[in-house]
Amino acid sequence: MTRLIQRLLPQGRTLVTAVPYLWLLMFFLIPFAIVLKISFSQAAIAMPPYEPLVHWAGERLMQIQLNLDNFAFLVEDNLYWKSYLNSILVAGVSTLLCLLIGYPMAYAMARSSPSTRNILLLLAVLPFFTSFLLRVYAWIGLLKNNGLVNNALMGLGLIDQPIQMLQTDFAVYVGMVYSYLPFMILPLYSNLEKMDLTLLEAAADLGCRPWQAFLKVTLPLSLPGIVAGCLLVFIPAVGEFVIPSLLGDPGMLMIGKVLWTEFFNNRDWPVASAVAIALLLFLVLPIMYLDRAQNTAGEEGEHK
Amino acid sequence: MHGRSWFRNLSLIVGFSFLYIPIVSLIVYSFNASKLVTVWGGFSTKWYGALLQNQQILGAAWLSLRVAALSATLAVALGTLAGMVLARFGPFKGRTLFSGLTTAPLVMPEVITGLSLLLLFVTMEQLIGWPAGRGMTTIVIAHVTFTMAFVTVIVQSRLVQMDESLEEAAMDLGARPWKVFFLITLPIIFPALLSGWLLAFTLSLDDLVITSFVAGPGSSTLPMVIFSKVRLGVSPDINALATILVTIVAIGVAIAGVVMTRQQKARDRDAQMALAANQQMIESLKKG
Repeated sequence: MTRLIQRLLPQGRTLVTAVPYLWLLMFFLIPFAIVLKISFSQAAIAMPPYEPLVHWAGERLMQIQLNLDNFAFLVEDNLYWKSYLNSILVAGVSTLLCLLIGYPMAYAMARSSPSTRNILLLLAVLPFFTSFLLRVYAWIGLLKNNGLVNNALMGLGLIDQPIQMLQTDFAVYVGMVYSYLPFMILPLYSNLEKMDLTLLEAAADLGCRPWQAFLKVTLPLSLPGIVAGCLLVFIPAVGEFVIPSLLGDPGMLMIGKVLWTEFFNNRDWPVASAVAIALLLFLVLPIMYLDRAQNTAGEEGEHK
Repeated sequence: MHGRSWFRNLSLIVGFSFLYIPIVSLIVYSFNASKLVTVWGGFSTKWYGALLQNQQILGAAWLSLRVAALSATLAVALGTLAGMVLARFGPFKGRTLFSGLTTAPLVMPEVITGLSLLLLFVTMEQLIGWPAGRGMTTIVIAHVTFTMAFVTVIVQSRLVQMDESLEEAAMDLGARPWKVFFLITLPIIFPALLSGWLLAFTLSLDDLVITSFVAGPGSSTLPMVIFSKVRLGVSPDINALATILVTIVAIGVAIAGVVMTRQQKARDRDAQMALAANQQMIESLKKG
């Protein structure tokens, strides 16, 4: 009987592995190969709007035309460089702001009593479950010239006339931090919550002041949480489209917006693909790093 | 110590106000009689009425709900398998790639995922004639692909926390792997599946960017309609819609919370009973 199970086991395992594996290969990995392929082709007025790469010339002769124009275009045109750099800047600053706001929150959550902890955790997760689009939209109403924030500031007599906040970089940062904050809080919280508090007692016994203990014990130990949180915010923020297009200046250069415009407005699929490939090349390393970080975290959990 | 707890409370209050004031403001202004969203013109429910008259929004909402229910269910099925593979199967050939493929969709900028899926569908249509055109099928496939990553993470972390000895005990008693999974593992990780389903459902219901790429001309989902309206400015009926969605989500999360607490209590009770039975047995053995 056991032998029978053992013989059946690998088969079952293969099947269980194969189904999600094939799905992800088919609908996540192979598409990138197609994007790469189309980034080498030429735009055409057709449906789909690009020239085929492979031409059949004669009986068995296959011609492949690789067209590097799209990438040359990306390098030559300043618009793309500026968009990439600006996206990285905006994503980097947003990540930093998320960390500065999220760390104290995660710390406070992890150090409160177990019953409050669960309620606070639920409160931090709940925005995840409410529409991202509508939460970004809410900020339009708050930041408008006659919006809630300006009205409140004028009511308090702090300003005489409304400050232009909507359609500025400020609004984009607010929207970014607001939307991505839960992604920062959750990994930090789960890291800080697991921390062995006796280490802090030991530090105190050895004469560490609380802030020294924080800097020398808590902060270094929470580094994996910080790294995971920062990557979870930074990577999707680089390609963000919705927040800059709803809250930012229409002229604000963000690579997600550029890709969207190339695709939907200019109908230039090959250039859009080239933009995507260039962005992907930039993000591959952080994504791999995130994957490795998550795996080590998972293994540590298994050992416990 | 007092100084520090003061700082902690402050950071919690400021942080959570920041997270919740926009949502609360949406709800409050949905009951505003004035069309100017930021000027209070008295209490009114007229925007809810206007919303129920809007066929475009209702049609889009119906499509979005069907897409979300279907893709959340498929995502839970696939994500549970993937979570099992990552948490229980140990090293195997191609594991690194598999783990990368489950992590990457979590963070991949949506414009890239959307564009690549669209190009895949177009190529597939050219090669094998399926999917013919774009619509609900392509949207569901796209949504399953990016939401299953979230389910995988939730299920995997739940399985890692779970006591493996229960599964081993069932195996020792002769249960086949699939039986162990359905009778032992699945009931224990059920709350994780439930929250995975809810998260996949809301992510699908909410997605604008990926959907815009893979949706055909005739299939506008709710976020696509909202986005085209919102681009032109604030409109009060969108506030009403937001309030309805937030309420539905809050109820869903509350129900899930109650179910999970109950399960937890039932488990604790079972554990206590098992412990008591054990103790009795030891006592009787001692006496004997």
